Order: sequence, then structure tokens, then C-alpha cells
Amino acid sequence: MSEEIKLLKGNEAIAHAAVRYGFDGYFGYPITPQSEIMETLMMLKPWETTGMVVLQAESEVAAINMVYGGAGSGKAVMTSSSSPGVSLKQEGISYLAGTELPALIVNVMRGGPGLGTIQPSQADYFQAVKGGGHGDYKLIALAPSSVQEMADFVGLGMDLAFKYRNPAIILADGIIGQMMEKVVLPPYRPRRTEAEIREQCPWALQGKPKGRKPNILTSLELSPAVMEDNNLRFQAKYREIEKNEVRYETVDCEDADYIIVAFGSIARICLKTQEMARAEGIKVGLIRPITLWPFPSQVIADYARKVKGIISVELNAGQMVEDIRLAVNGAIDVKFYGRLGGIVPTPDEVLDVIKKELVK
Amino acid sequence: MKKEIIVAGFGGQGILSLGKILAHAGLIEGKEVTWMPSYGPEQRGGTANVTVILSDDRISSPVLNTYDVVVILNQPSLERFESQVKPGGIIIYDGYGIHRPPTRKDVSIYRIDAMDVAIESGNSKVFNMMVLGGILKVCPIVKTESIIHSLKESLPERLHKLLPENEKAIHTGMEIIKKEE
Repeated sequence: MSEEIKLLKGNEAIAHAAVRYGFDGYFGYPITPQSEIMETLMMLKPWETTGMVVLQAESEVAAINMVYGGAGSGKAVMTSSSSPGVSLKQEGISYLAGTELPALIVNVMRGGPGLGTIQPSQADYFQAVKGGGHGDYKLIALAPSSVQEMADFVGLGMDLAFKYRNPAIILADGIIGQMMEKVVLPPYRPRRTEAEIREQCPWALQGKPKGRKPNILTSLELSPAVMEDNNLRFQAKYREIEKNEVRYETVDCEDADYIIVAFGSIARICLKTQEMARAEGIKVGLIRPITLWPFPSQVIADYARKVKGIISVELNAGQMVEDIRLAVNGAIDVKFYGRLGGIVPTPDEVLDVIKKELVK
Repeated sequence: MKKEIIVAGFGGQGILSLGKILAHAGLIEGKEVTWMPSYGPEQRGGTANVTVILSDDRISSPVLNTYDVVVILNQPSLERFESQVKPGGIIIYDGYGIHRPPTRKDVSIYRIDAMDVAIESGNSKVFNMMVLGGILKVCPIVKTESIIHSLKESLPERLHKLLPENEKAIHTGMEIIKKEE
């Protein structure tokens, strides 16, 4: 079937996209503000059409380990949760990275720490881009800022995960999950056949044919020398991803005196701030990182040399701002503004901050 | 063209569905649309609201604090949102339970007694459609046909027998909304 235009919540868009991009399995456990992902999948009943499995596990930990198993057999599998649930999944995520398995994880963030609130937040930035689980690993981290991108990044995340044999994460929040927008859903892409998986994923566990050595998938390696080699291989892969997969959007940066850097839902709010500032004659531009890892350091560093001020606006106490400061490497003082715990600033609140902090 | 609208009242008044039907009608007309609900514990017993933005161009922030049209369905929402109407904008309020009506002088104020009509007719379920009719009358941002089309697509087929009374409620809303001088 062909593409289709619908009015959907971000969470619903993820579910529709998972079926249409040909996922083989979804394993999850409900938590606000993302429960509509599994609810929508259950309503779509893809097991009757594409054959996709949808399963409510007994816990978040069980769900991520089902993902580990499914990914190990070369299947396109995913899980979703919100902040406290994603914390529970971290061991499994580290194992996926350590075993070099492709998988998609969705975190629709809420205010923390702990059980926190159910309102929007971006306080899991560090968790997504700096590890979260143990060991030297990286997740390909995609930050949607519209319902359309919620759908698109399900496909992009899956493709990148398989391209690099590495887990990918969609880092959204309660705003993007709960709001409805127009979304163009992609045409149906058939699930891969067993033969296609055998060809594209020679590492997958599908039963050993005669004459082939057994495939072994494990993150356990007791020899430190071999484990160091494994790590060096991971690092080489991460450098490759950093080289190829940086994604970002810039708005009116060319002649800007001041730049806002923001991702996800808050980037939408800052886009309005940017428009309001321009209307008042203040030349503001916006850089929106789409991949949080690999981080768009170069473009930020380039603009840092041209502008009078940069500010990072986030729904947390200042996390991405550290990567911006690393990127500009002291070339300019990087300001920060954030709201915490589920509070979302309005566009003119951000504009006031820009006037006070940057425009002097 | 861009309209930024908020509808605010109690949870259970059908505010989110009203917004969804309006947003979907915008989609039918090929507009960019954003529907942003208040969600979470504040829906239980307290105030609920939904922001609907319809635009010919890309929509920036789904979160706003000034609006072209503010639709108020209870006193707490009036206290909260009256000051957030843009100068020259529109306030629509249902008079039911309102003891301190809006006082802004720089906006157009309309009153719609949809709750009274709903109570009299014994059908409170179409209250939100009367309010939607009122909105369309004073701010015809989408065609009424698109709203009817949107209703049809939003209601599951087994409820399509309810379409005529919803449509009627929209027209009632258009009739009972009155401008306050």
C-alpha cells in the first residue's frame, strides 16, 4: 500500500511507522507519556497483516532482553518506554552495543530523576549520548521535533542500526509524543524474508547450515587482549558514524548575530522565539541537532567564530550545552537556559532570556 | 494565514475531541495543523485545555502563551487565559458557572450559552459541537463541510448514526453565539 496522510499523535506515528517500515517485533511495557505506542500497535494488529509480533512483556527488563534475542536472529526489533523504564533497560542496551546488534529503542522522556513527573523533559540527554549503561559504547541518537520526524526516524533508526550493527535510540519527549500533527506515512516496506536476513546479516543466529562455523553472539570476552581489540573495533565504527551520519537543521544562521541551539520539542519553541526576535530586528538563528550522537560539532564551531553569542536552550539543567562547549572549544562563551522537572518555557520567556543574556 | 486557538475548561467537556475535529478539518483542507493537549493529572477534576494551530506554512511552537482565539468553558480557565488573548483577538465563553465575565476592552468578546441549551435538551454530549459551531461562526477558519467530513472520519462507523445530531449541534452553536458589547 502507498503513502498515506493522517492526523496522528507522535506516539501513534511511531506505531504506524514501525508496521510500515517492516519491523518484525515490538516488545514493551506501558508507561506514560508513551503508552499509545503499544496501544496503537495492538489496535493495528500487524500480526494479522505483516506478521509483526507485538508483545507486552512482564517488565521493561524483559522487553529489552526480548529485543536482544530478536536482534540476535537478524530481525528488525524495537522497544519503547519513558525515562524510568529506559533506565531499567540500560543493562540490555549495553549488551546490545557490546554484541553489536541492531535495534531501535524509543525514549519519550518525562521529568526526573526517579519516577518524577509525566510531563515533558529532556533530562535523559546524558543517558542517551554518554552511555547510560556501562562500558565504552555509543548509541545513534535521533531527536525528532515533529510528528513527521517521529515516523521518519523509525525507518532511519532501523536503517542506521543495521548499517552499522549498532543500537539506535529515538529521544523524544512528552510534547512530541502527545501532540497531533499532519504526518505522511511511508508506503509499506515488506518484512525481510529469512533468505534476505541470511544474505544481509551473515552474523545472525538462524540455525547453522552444514559447512559453516557456528555464529556466536556474546558481549562476554574473558581475554582482555581480545576485549581490547573488540573495543578498538567499536571505536573505529563510532568514528565512521561520526564521519557519515551527522544530521542537523539550521534556520537563518547565515547573517545571525546570535544563535540558539536546541533539539526536539524545545527547538520548535525556540523557532518561534527566533521568528519573534527577527520581527524585533534582533538577528537570531537556530541550529537544531537532529543526531545528538554523532553531535553536529563542526557546524556549531563554524558559526561560533562568526556570531556574538550562543545559547543552548534545553528542558534540563544543562546537558547538551556541554557538547556545545566542547565543540566551540572556548572560542565563545556559551550561555544556557533550561526549565526542569516537566515545566516547558514559552517562546517569549526564551526571548526575554536572549535579550537579557545575549543582546547587551 | 495562521490561527492560534486554545479551548479551555473542565476535563470531560469534550475539549480534546473538539480540538481534534477542528485540526482534522484543517488537515482535510491541506493546512498544516498542530493539536497540543494538556495531559496528565490536571485532566482529572481540574482544568483541561487544547491548543490548535492551523496554518498555511510550517508551524513553529506547539506551546504558546498568546492566542488569536481563546475559548473558555469555566471560571478557572477564564482567570488563567483572559490575559493571553492577543489585542484584537477573540474571547468566546460559555456563561454557565461564570460569575466574573471577561472584562478586556481590546478584544472581541462573544458569549455562547451552550451548556444551558445542552441541559435543556437533555443531551450534554453534543455540548462541545455547539461550542465548535460558535467558534466557526465568529472565526470561519475552516469550511463547515470540512468539519462535517472530519466528524465522519473521527467517529467510528458504529457511531455514524450520531452524525445528524452532532451536525445539528454545530448549527445550533452558530445560532446561539452572541457578541457582547
